[in-house]
Amino acid sequence: MSDTAQMMKDLKEIVKPYIQNQEAFENLKEDTDFINDLKINSANLVDVVLDIEDKFDIEIDNDSMDKMLNVKAALDIINSKIAAR
Amino acid sequence: MTSQEIISKLPYQYPFLFVDEITSVDENAVSGSYRYEASLPFYAGHFKNNPITPGVILTETMAQIGLVALGIYIASTKQIALAEVKIALTSSAMDFFKPVYPGEKVTVNSQKEYFRFNKLKCKVEMFNEQEELVCRGTIAGMMNI
Repeated sequence: MSDTAQMMKDLKEIVKPYIQNQEAFENLKEDTDFINDLKINSANLVDVVLDIEDKFDIEIDNDSMDKMLNVKAALDIINSKIAAR
Repeated sequence: MTSQEIISKLPYQYPFLFVDEITSVDENAVSGSYRYEASLPFYAGHFKNNPITPGVILTETMAQIGLVALGIYIASTKQIALAEVKIALTSSAMDFFKPVYPGEKVTVNSQKEYFRFNKLKCKVEMFNEQEELVCRGTIAGMMNI
C-alpha cells in the first residue's frame, strides 16, 4: 500500500466516530468535504484534528486548522507537517 | 478575576442563571455552587405535584459553572474582550446518580480536558450538600474568541 493510501486509511479511521453521513463516508475520496459531505460539526472537527495530531505525531496550528476542510487538504497538511518535523 | 466579576460576565439571568458563587478558578479548573430555590418556575411542571430538578437543568448548571465560567476566565487571561465572548454548547454526556430537590445546594467541580481551536472540553462533577455525587460527565462548547 502506498503512503498516501495508508494515510487515507488512517484518516478514515480517525473521522469514523464523528461522521453523520454513512454513504459519503463509505465513498470517501480526496475531495470529500468534512463538514458538507461527512456532516461533521465544527466542534467534532476539532476532535478530528486532535486525533490527527496524536496519530501522526505532528502539531496543527490555527492557519492549518482553517484550511483543513476536505480529505485532500488534510493529507497535504499532514504531509507538510511530517516533512517539517 | 473575582467570583462576582465572572458571574457578571455570564450571559444569563433569572430564571436561567444557575451560578451563585465561583469558589475557585485557574486556567485548568473551576469550582462553584448554586442553590435551587423552591420558587424556580420549572418545579411547577417537573413533575406534577412532585418537584424534582430536571436533568437538563443539572446539566445546564454544570455547563454554566464548569464550561462558561471557566471559558470567561480563560478568555480574560488571554486579554480577550469579554463583551465579545460567546459560547455554544456542542456536546454533553452525563450520568446521573442522585435526585436534587427544591432548596438543595449543589457544588460543581470542572477539570479542563483541552482548550484548542476555540473548543473547550471539560470533565465535570456535581455534588450535593451531603457530598454525594449527583452527576458526572463531559461537556464541550465552542467559543467565538
